[in-house]
Amino acid sequence: MRAILAGEGKTLYFLARQFTAKGHHITIINRHPDECEALARRLEKSVVVLGNGSDPAVLEDAGARQADVLVALTPEDQDNLIACQVARQMFGVPRVLALVNDPDNEEIFKRLGVTEAFSATRIIATLLEEQAALEEVINLLPMAEGRIQVAEVVIGEKAPARDKTLQELDLPADTLVAGIIRGGDVHIPRGDSRLHLADKVILIGRPANFGDALRAVAGEEA
Amino acid sequence: MDRSDLYIIVAGCGRLGARLASELSRTGSSVVVIDRDPARFAGLTAEFSGFHLTGDAIEQEVLRSAKIEQADCFLATTNQDNINLMLAQVAKVIYGVPLVMARIYDPLRSPVYERLGIDTISPTELSAQEFLHTITARTGPEPASALRNGR
Repeated sequence: MRAILAGEGKTLYFLARQFTAKGHHITIINRHPDECEALARRLEKSVVVLGNGSDPAVLEDAGARQADVLVALTPEDQDNLIACQVARQMFGVPRVLALVNDPDNEEIFKRLGVTEAFSATRIIATLLEEQAALEEVINLLPMAEGRIQVAEVVIGEKAPARDKTLQELDLPADTLVAGIIRGGDVHIPRGDSRLHLADKVILIGRPANFGDALRAVAGEEA
Repeated sequence: MDRSDLYIIVAGCGRLGARLASELSRTGSSVVVIDRDPARFAGLTAEFSGFHLTGDAIEQEVLRSAKIEQADCFLATTNQDNINLMLAQVAKVIYGVPLVMARIYDPLRSPVYERLGIDTISPTELSAQEFLHTITARTGPEPASALRNGR
């Protein structure tokens, strides 16, 4: 894969290092001369181009015509958006990805032709709200590009779901208890299955109300 | 179009933004001008009777408080090309503003944005045309030799 990374800072460096290690061809666009020098020294296999990633001449120098993907990770949302649009429309780069600093821009970028826009703020906020707040949640993984959440939840002493049947739980719509793990055995539950202390529950739901689902099973404070 | 019915948002109150906002307000349009530096509003003339809004136009909340969904016209005149290009697209695509224009210093990228229905105005391009036009008008099609001949 030939990838162009436009950005700065440690995220850029570690991404480039990781992708080169996997054998991908990486070109970096960075607008600070000192940082360019340091990057070129530390990443021997990468090509480093000095300039702004939204400048067509700079993108051309970076080999945009042959690139499979462009990732724009600067701290300026407007620069990331324009870099993606110029790469796609003037050079036909098939996949363009952008970091959005303002979470409000995630949706806007997608509507303006960016293949994938990701907000670090939102990702961390989601982790904090859903995971750090609930110790009982062992695994939380987004599936289907984040449209479905799957979690493994332990029934603790104060859990609202303890000693209740699934029918009695106050679960939001579109939430499913897909499995109960008890003493190493996996049970596929029915409406009248009862949850006990130390059961592990596999919970599937939508991101919009998954926090409510987790609270209904594991409780508030946890 | 009757100018007195128009609701116009100007993003960026530098020399160009202040000039446009003042003139449009003087000729009867309702104008809201946005800038993140309130000191910039001092550049508006006494005839400006519109509103000014302090904030970063790149933030959705600021645009919404300027009632962008009701605007007839959006002018992006900040001093950064990429901000103007992003604002113009947000105004056009997300909020459906009918007439959207952006000032961009670097004319290289304008083809990309013309395709999206955004009119871009490049000061470099306009100045160059004006210089060349004046030279041609004074000297005819071969300026160098004509000037030397003292015509």
